[in-house]
Amino acid sequence: MNKRLPLGLGFVLLVLPCSLLVAFTHYPAIKALVNSLWNNSSSFRPSRFVGLENYRALLEDDRLAQVLTNSTIYAICTVPLAIGLSIGMALLVNSKLPGTWLMRLSFFMPTMLPLVAVANIWLFFYAPGIGLASQILSAFGLPSINFLGRTDTSLVSMMVVAIWKEAGLFMIFYLAALQSIPANLKDAARLEGAGSVRVFFDVVLPLLRPTTIFVAVNALINAFRLVDHIIVMTRGGPNNSSALLLYYVYEVTFGHRDFAYGATLTVLMVVILGILAAFQFWVLNRKAHYQ
Amino acid sequence: MNKPADTSFGNATAAVSLEVRNLRKSWGKTEVLSDVSFRIGAGGFLTLLGPSGCGKSTLLRLISGLDETSGGQILIDGRDVSKVSAADRNLGMVFQNYALFPHLTIEENIGYGLKIRKVDKTRRDKTIARVSDLMGLGPLLQRKPSQLSGGQQQRVALARVLVSERPLVLMDEPLSNLDAKLRTEIRSEIRSLNKTLGITVIYVTHDQSEALSMSDEVVLLNAGKIAQWGTPRDLYESPANTFSASFIGTPPTNLLEPADVALPENLGLDGGTALTDYLIGVRPETMCFPADGAAFTLTGRVLSLEYEGNVTLLHLEAASGAKVIVAHGGHDVPAPGAEVTVGWSHEATHFFSKKDGAAIRRKT
Repeated sequence: MNKRLPLGLGFVLLVLPCSLLVAFTHYPAIKALVNSLWNNSSSFRPSRFVGLENYRALLEDDRLAQVLTNSTIYAICTVPLAIGLSIGMALLVNSKLPGTWLMRLSFFMPTMLPLVAVANIWLFFYAPGIGLASQILSAFGLPSINFLGRTDTSLVSMMVVAIWKEAGLFMIFYLAALQSIPANLKDAARLEGAGSVRVFFDVVLPLLRPTTIFVAVNALINAFRLVDHIIVMTRGGPNNSSALLLYYVYEVTFGHRDFAYGATLTVLMVVILGILAAFQFWVLNRKAHYQ
Repeated sequence: MNKPADTSFGNATAAVSLEVRNLRKSWGKTEVLSDVSFRIGAGGFLTLLGPSGCGKSTLLRLISGLDETSGGQILIDGRDVSKVSAADRNLGMVFQNYALFPHLTIEENIGYGLKIRKVDKTRRDKTIARVSDLMGLGPLLQRKPSQLSGGQQQRVALARVLVSERPLVLMDEPLSNLDAKLRTEIRSEIRSLNKTLGITVIYVTHDQSEALSMSDEVVLLNAGKIAQWGTPRDLYESPANTFSASFIGTPPTNLLEPADVALPENLGLDGGTALTDYLIGVRPETMCFPADGAAFTLTGRVLSLEYEGNVTLLHLEAASGAKVIVAHGGHDVPAPGAEVTVGWSHEATHFFSKKDGAAIRRKT
């Protein structure tokens, strides 16, 4: 039986979490929406209502077009690659090979590091001439590449860091899912004549589907949410080739101190994340589970 | 390899015999099966029976090819398959938890093996339809396994094995997850499939009533060794050792010290057998009360009574303190604490060596 709370205590318990939500989520979002309809104030001119003026600027912003393209490529590449890599690693550490505990540890290690630290480590890997990547290239007799300093490699370099960082965490989810698949399902398929590849695609992969949906949604949101490594490693450069949407918001708002346009970009970002979240709920509500 | 799907269903591929010779299995240093040998003729029904941990499921997995043997031979129709892969042994298996693919419909579950073996679609549909009719699954074909009851799932698992028309089918405790009523129902279904389709069945269970009622032959396992191999009647009527005597039958056979029993003149044992060399085994249901001039009698105090409907179990304590159970069919039940004498005949008596537990055969 639930006991009735006194009205005063109930009110206090509600106000505490609600005020946090309002102060850090709802108020900023609404404030950003309001700000996006006004222009910037200056010392001799107050802020003025401009309606959808800032949104027209969105459409004409060539840098934004580039940033959105980058973000899309980034998401489309990192999500499937992180998923594929984490399934592979999970299969490896779930096998009966010797030393799986060491593999588990080393695969999971990147997840425990903060992204800022990961970015600093990878700065050394990518350093032209002396970095690990250059040394490997020179071991094969190839010329050194300035990965972060070239427009055609900087975005890919960022993706590699993100995948390296994320795959370990996703591997843990897949490992748990793999271990919950009953062994006799695989036995049954084997007895029917399925080889191990066939068993994987017919039995294991379909049973991992709920995990895959969960991981994919998380990876997709992370692709828009995590930009620490870009701030540390390339600052979006060179020539915006590695700039992502959230990094652009950060740069416009706090770099150029263009708060009105920053607010407009923020609204765009919230809309995109809202669409992704709606998509997430739609997918998860569909039958992703079997039992 | 023969192609089972090419023969028409019903008069399936000719049944095969199975023989296991000196089979061994060890995990690391622990030996879980040692020197297991038995055979079953084509179309026979053999049950591997034993307490949990006796190695019966391991033995079944060795026969199936899912695990590798550590020694010995497995012959299917005279051909040694112990190095052949599971898929090429041409046998089917029903798993304890049915092992249905949860993401596939019933139809896809049943047809999975045919699809892997690339049987063409029309033939596949025809075979699936025939088997699902046989198993009464027709209206369920488009459902997922989770939408089916336990009994229906079990029928799907059987259908999946039947559709492949394998001449040898292994079953690993297929009824253990069903309620009592369904169990007897599916039990007789399995038995009739075995007889009408001529499939050789190797069946694993820990339930002795299943083993005795369904099987042509039973292999009783204890700690990785065969305790007894014979027909159900052999196992019940002439247990080969004390393990067999106490495992088969509910309540188990009483194993009595000769000192507790009033023995007749001629036991039919060898002259040299001393009283301290053997045990007397007697089943509770073959003992009668009152003793009425029976060849063997035993006197004890009634500790407690257990009413079971058709019989009342009398728990007695003999003079030495040994516990004895008597299944008493009559209504004249003694009161707890009373001193009673029970008796039994020569035929109901089994002698076991105290040394190794083996049965001592009497001179007739």
